[in-house]
Amino acid sequence: MAELGPVLEVLLGGLMSGVLYALVALGFVLIFKASGVFNFAQGAMVLFAALSLVRLSEWLPFPLAFLLTIVIMIAVAWAVERLVLRPLVGQHGLILFMATIGVTFFLDGFGQTIWGSNVYQLDLGIPASPWFLLENVFPGGILVSPIDVFAAAIAGSLVLALSIFFHSTKIGRALRAVADDHQAAQSVGIPLNQIWLIVWSTAGIVALVAGMAWGSKLGVQFSLSLVALKALPVLILGGLTSIPGAIVGGLVVGAGEKLAELYIGPLIGGGIEYWFAYVLALAVLLVRPQGLFGEKIIERV
Amino acid sequence: MIYRETGQFRTSYAEDQAIFRLRQDKIGIAVILAIAWVGIPLLADEYLLRAILIPFLILSVAAIGLNLLLGYCGQISLGTGAFMAVGAYAAYNLALRVPGSPLLLDFLLAGLVAAAVGVLFGLPSLRIKGLYLAVATLAAQFFADWAFLRVPWFTNYTPSGSVTAPRLDFFGWVVDTPLEKYWLCLAFACVIALLAKNLVRSRIGRSWMAIRDMDIAAEIIGIRPMTAKLSAFAVSSFVAGLAGVLWAFVHLGSWEPLAFSIDMSFRLLFMVIIGGMGSILGSFLGAAFITVLPIFLNQVPAMIGIQLSTAMVSHLEFMIFGTLIVLFLIWEPHGLARLWQIGKEKMRLWPFPY
Repeated sequence: MAELGPVLEVLLGGLMSGVLYALVALGFVLIFKASGVFNFAQGAMVLFAALSLVRLSEWLPFPLAFLLTIVIMIAVAWAVERLVLRPLVGQHGLILFMATIGVTFFLDGFGQTIWGSNVYQLDLGIPASPWFLLENVFPGGILVSPIDVFAAAIAGSLVLALSIFFHSTKIGRALRAVADDHQAAQSVGIPLNQIWLIVWSTAGIVALVAGMAWGSKLGVQFSLSLVALKALPVLILGGLTSIPGAIVGGLVVGAGEKLAELYIGPLIGGGIEYWFAYVLALAVLLVRPQGLFGEKIIERV
Repeated sequence: MIYRETGQFRTSYAEDQAIFRLRQDKIGIAVILAIAWVGIPLLADEYLLRAILIPFLILSVAAIGLNLLLGYCGQISLGTGAFMAVGAYAAYNLALRVPGSPLLLDFLLAGLVAAAVGVLFGLPSLRIKGLYLAVATLAAQFFADWAFLRVPWFTNYTPSGSVTAPRLDFFGWVVDTPLEKYWLCLAFACVIALLAKNLVRSRIGRSWMAIRDMDIAAEIIGIRPMTAKLSAFAVSSFVAGLAGVLWAFVHLGSWEPLAFSIDMSFRLLFMVIIGGMGSILGSFLGAAFITVLPIFLNQVPAMIGIQLSTAMVSHLEFMIFGTLIVLFLIWEPHGLARLWQIGKEKMRLWPFPY
């Protein structure tokens, strides 16, 4: 039993950071589902949202800054839809993907130009000192960070809200229709451009939430943009089109990389967190290209 | 007026298949080669050679490597930096652990090692494509970053993790001065460009393009997707590996794994997009553009009296790269090379307006 405590602690920490990966992956899935665009810029949007929030809240009361950041993210979504996606409509997926890499670089540069590039502390008023759970079961208890718990709760409610939004509202139905077939959706009178604007705005707000969670954990800085790179294997694992897949993928990657670090790490030099998620995703790709929950990829000629 | 092909008849198949069919093209390429081999060494100072021309030539080679894969075979790779790193460290270890082996042989073997690694990470391309493949190649990038940082054998157990290239001795020709280094890089760039140009005109290059344009259709007309895709990965990684060796041995001299980080991969991707996907000339144009732009941004604002901080310059660079990528993809997906081609078409007709 003495061994189990630390392992549980690592597992729990992994699951919690997995939730954070899932938050970023969620933004990817939203956009991919509705427009077939693999949005590499999600990470840059996370950084941009977090930077805006942190710098605005220096001037304004927090709720106002939060609302203003949402407005900014909607503006970004609008600009991306108008200036990048609309001219490229109907292009090959690879071209769209590379265009979002361009958007990534632009947003990274732009965000740091107007908001500055220092490390900013984001204080959400959550106690920083860790909690100890189950102290009477294990010696020393299990260490849990309140920020992680908070992030997990937010992620959970966000997923719930999005599921309801997708399944029971008129806009949600329209979104699913667009995801199935752009042309068919357009022919029954669904305004494609509006739908894309809504989706990108939603992804922007998800990015803001992810930015708050990551920002309060790591500080708001450029490395937030790189979190997106970790979200890619999460996506592959869960399947590109599945919201529950993003969550499960995040948890698997989060827990898996921490446990692998614990058990395999010492054998081959440590630091395998750096690539574990990717190699896991690679293995999944070879066996099950559509991921755990994705729709089967069907080739039509 | 300049590009007038009237009166130039091709009377044999050999003439019809030549790389440069027009007299103007032949003269043009001869002039460019003369300038590169003789003119620039006469005029350029050490700074120009060291800071601009040598990196430009090496990055051109790497961009040709990525272009073969992305532009000709349609397989995206975000891991070119990793293949360069594999080449660099393979050459380092070969030179270190096989004493007396000729350096040129080490270089080529290092390219082959990179090709093998490229094929390994290209294997998923048989089942997946496009976006999924991007993640698979990212895996290569992160794995290589980690391996060269954490596995001490690769860096010969140096405590700092940074390694230094041996003396560049090619069968008695010791490459030491910037000018000699420039000639070495130029030689590699010329040979690789010629090989690549001929490769994409050959049967294998055409099979790559068929796969790129529609893989299912290509399969139906009898092209083996496995052979085509994996050979593209192998050749591309070989060229990238060779570029990595040059980057490490000739340009940097001593280097850390960070020299081949994901930044490098993105930079090369930008070169290919801006220069022109599916064009050897485009690789050179893209490399020139991406090499010169940061230097331009560093110096021009200062000249006209605007002081920018280093951080600001790098942010501006990000923004300009990002904007250019989007603009090129929207307006000219075939990049600078296509603009040059349009220019040539215009010159054929000029001054007549039809």
